Amino acid sequence: MSEPIDPVSSVPDGAQDGLKPLAMPSITRRSLLLPKAPPPDGGVTSAGSAGEKPRSLGRDAWDEMRHRPMFWVAGALVLLFLLIAVFPQLFTAKDPTACSLDMSRLPPRPGAIFGNDFQGCDIYARTIYGARASILVGIFTALLAALLGGSLGTLAGYLGGWVDAVLARLADIFFSIPMLLGAIVFMAFMPLPPSAGMPQAVARIVIVLALFNWPNIFRLMRASVMQVKPQEYVLAARALGAGPGRLAMSHIVPNAMTPLIVVSTIDLGGYITTEAALSFLGIGLPSTVVSWGRDISNASGLGLIRNAPFMLLFPAAALCLAVLAFILLGDIVRDALDPKAR
Amino acid sequence: MGKYIVRRLLMMIPTFLGATFIIFTLAFTMPGDPLAGRCGQKPCPQNYVDWFRSFYGLDKPFIVQYLVYLGHLFTGNLGISNYTRNTVVHELAIRYPTTLKLALIAVLCEIIIGVTAGIVAGIRRGGFIDALVTVSTLVVIAIPVFVLGGLSQFAILKFNLNSIIPVTSNGSWRSLILPGVVLGSLYVAYVARLTRTNLVENLRADYVRTAYAKGMMPARAIGLHAMRNSLIPSITYVGASLGALMGGAIITERIFNINGVGSLIYRSINQRDGTTLVGAVLVIVVIYMVMTLVVDILYGYLDPRIGHE
Amino acid sequence: MADYDHLLDVRDLHVEFRMRTGIAKAINGVSFYLDEKETLAILGESGSGKSVTAQAIMGILDSPPGFVTGGEVLFQGVDMLKMSRKQRAAMRGPKISMIFQDALSALNPVFPVGWQIAEMFRIHHKTNSSDAMKAAISLMEQVRIPAARQRFKAYPHQFSGGMRQRIMIAMAIALDPWILIADEPTTALDVTVQAQIMALLKELQDEHDMGLILITHDLGVVANVADRIAVMYAGRLVETAPVVDVYGQPRHPYTIGLLESVPRLDTKLGGVLPAIGGLPPNLLAMPSGCPFNPRCRFAVDQCRQGTPPPLESLDAKGTRFAACWRVADTAVVDWRVDEPVPDERVDDMGVDDEIGGWL
Repeated sequence: MSEPIDPVSSVPDGAQDGLKPLAMPSITRRSLLLPKAPPPDGGVTSAGSAGEKPRSLGRDAWDEMRHRPMFWVAGALVLLFLLIAVFPQLFTAKDPTACSLDMSRLPPRPGAIFGNDFQGCDIYARTIYGARASILVGIFTALLAALLGGSLGTLAGYLGGWVDAVLARLADIFFSIPMLLGAIVFMAFMPLPPSAGMPQAVARIVIVLALFNWPNIFRLMRASVMQVKPQEYVLAARALGAGPGRLAMSHIVPNAMTPLIVVSTIDLGGYITTEAALSFLGIGLPSTVVSWGRDISNASGLGLIRNAPFMLLFPAAALCLAVLAFILLGDIVRDALDPKAR
Repeated sequence: MGKYIVRRLLMMIPTFLGATFIIFTLAFTMPGDPLAGRCGQKPCPQNYVDWFRSFYGLDKPFIVQYLVYLGHLFTGNLGISNYTRNTVVHELAIRYPTTLKLALIAVLCEIIIGVTAGIVAGIRRGGFIDALVTVSTLVVIAIPVFVLGGLSQFAILKFNLNSIIPVTSNGSWRSLILPGVVLGSLYVAYVARLTRTNLVENLRADYVRTAYAKGMMPARAIGLHAMRNSLIPSITYVGASLGALMGGAIITERIFNINGVGSLIYRSINQRDGTTLVGAVLVIVVIYMVMTLVVDILYGYLDPRIGHE
Repeated sequence: MADYDHLLDVRDLHVEFRMRTGIAKAINGVSFYLDEKETLAILGESGSGKSVTAQAIMGILDSPPGFVTGGEVLFQGVDMLKMSRKQRAAMRGPKISMIFQDALSALNPVFPVGWQIAEMFRIHHKTNSSDAMKAAISLMEQVRIPAARQRFKAYPHQFSGGMRQRIMIAMAIALDPWILIADEPTTALDVTVQAQIMALLKELQDEHDMGLILITHDLGVVANVADRIAVMYAGRLVETAPVVDVYGQPRHPYTIGLLESVPRLDTKLGGVLPAIGGLPPNLLAMPSGCPFNPRCRFAVDQCRQGTPPPLESLDAKGTRFAACWRVADTAVVDWRVDEPVPDERVDDMGVDDEIGGWL
């Protein structure tokens, strides 16, 4: 959870600077996600589809996913967490910040099914309300990193030359600082003003995480665009007189998008974890914001683990489930798009 | 090969400068009095203020400040901790052995558990062990280290195994086993998945069919031909993870109360000991960069297709 | 004399692929034989089962999903399908060996080529490494790799496509096999290199007295090299005959279509090259009757229902066979519309006229 060297999202640089991929499958898989010519003699599999319409990759992937129960489980979980994040009051009538010390560390019981924490707050309510910050951080970081890494990666891959060289070095620099470490330094030296509310607190984490993780998306997108660019249909469009802007937007980008979406979904789970880790260390979200990371941190003393494990268990389970849902969803989509990995 | 290493070392220079610059900028050029809050509630003692001003060249322009800092860096001077008043180098030196031990245990787990699980799952693709590896790695990836740490402590206390596997550490090898396993868990899962994926792909490779066509039995066709190709990414991944594990140690060391570099970072955040924090982070960043380089060179050595000429 | 009819005798071979989406019957009762020093060309489109047949003979089918479900593969009278895995493996190399279409992916990228050739001696004869190396270098010289000794330690990606295929060939002939199966050996190569490789194969076949099974879709290669042809369609053998007979008067409509679709020197410029309409059938959903009937211009009701036509002898000598209900009608079709001189016909077939020059 701490470092962004997930074999899926850690991405090889182009051959140009000789950087080798950390993880082989990322290249092979990514290349498989890209459009390509129909397979050569594949024996039986390509044997014949007389009378069948050619099927698109997306359609194939959908058919593949539809039949996997895990896809529906993960999808339902993601939707559930989104719903909880938007309308927490639908799931609990209690106020997560209404706590009384005389209820401190009361175990789960009817009326407070997850029990009460050290401050006497209702753990169920806190677990429900804690979803919002995590989900917000996850989604917005994924979007910002995709936007930043995606656009710069497209520029670098498409334009090449000195633009590529400069951007690639810049990405190298941010890549050389592990996300958690970079975020720690950033957070430690840029304290939130005490008056800051949840939006500022979330925005700060989003910016920091995206800042240290965009190189992953950048390298991915750059490699994708470089791979798509010389494909014949792009050459054909160019020969037909499409200008560079049009070429990039309508032919190259859509075809290089698939890996970007898949990796962003998987990374989203990682952002939620990293946010929780920062909050766990006490430098992520402030204590005024209800968050799983803080609650886990507050429940993590050895004495507490021994005497009140439920304090740790419920927010931790919620966090794991949310992370799992996003990783699983991304994994299934990727597998569906990459028949070879099955 | 020599040329390639030189070229890569040269390429590391801008990356190194950029990374140090970012951290330096973050740490020392924030608006306001850079010494504010650096010594807890009290104002800093005058001799520390003097040292601080001269060490960072605070009366000079920003870029000169950075160059001054770089100069200190190259002479191995990371400054003085405003908490212990020891040199940061000393603070790091007494803690590195512990953190290295921790990282080594994690790396061993990656190799022993991760690679083995990946190989078994890959060879018996679609079987029970494959499913088990797929599911368990997914679960491990989804559980954050600090949750896993807490859960493992809970389990050990619950079953009274504390005397065999201690849940807090005094720096001995035995007391580092549990933290090391927890620290490595995520990478164990990644290594297992990576190994499995590569093995599955390579088992279907044409050259494995050639190996059978040459009259080999599966033991050699898989054990030598497919394996040699499949393990290259895993080996390099394990190498690269060593750098990343150092960063991950912050959380593990906090949970298990280990006095290593990670705790030093955590402590310096709380004590607003910026000099120590930046020094410790920079050293990890450098290790991370060096490991990336080592891995790239290793990759070229293991896979002849990646020419370094 | 040996107590077997043919060097290799494939009888009623059945192969199926068991996949999630269903069972694909890739090979449905294929029978053919190969005699010593003979060259048999197996011809067919992608997915017709020609490569699967070769892999089944070699015993290197990907299994699962591929399974040999019936038939016999007799090598010198002994059924290889009944052998243990170990016995079978021992056959591959000294008795039968195989080369593949794409030598780059067929060679292991992380071992030096010389090592990979020498490996043949080391696994089969337990030769020590220095003797194996000497033998490998002499093989590399035999397939005319320049500076063989220096290139012993080079890796596959450092060779050109033609050189890599030569290395594959060196590996395949290392143990002096009786049969060499070449699965589209020249498809991935440039035209000029194709000719060189075919010439080398022919030459080595003569030198080593090998039987050669040449799997290809290139009719030009076939015409110059093969003794007999076996045409496959949708996992069945549809026609087999000596090469002259097939080119003289193809009897299966599919073979006729194949020959018609080859451009010839007398093909009119600007004219339309005849092609076989439609696509090969989906092996998971075979049409009833003759599998070729949806694309066949001779098809009648008999072809559209019931069982596919059996492979039947067409002549008294017992060398010509075709699986078609309408052989009587195909016998009178003139597939060479503007055919000028029958004897020059074969040379017109493809691009490999210069093969003779290389020999």
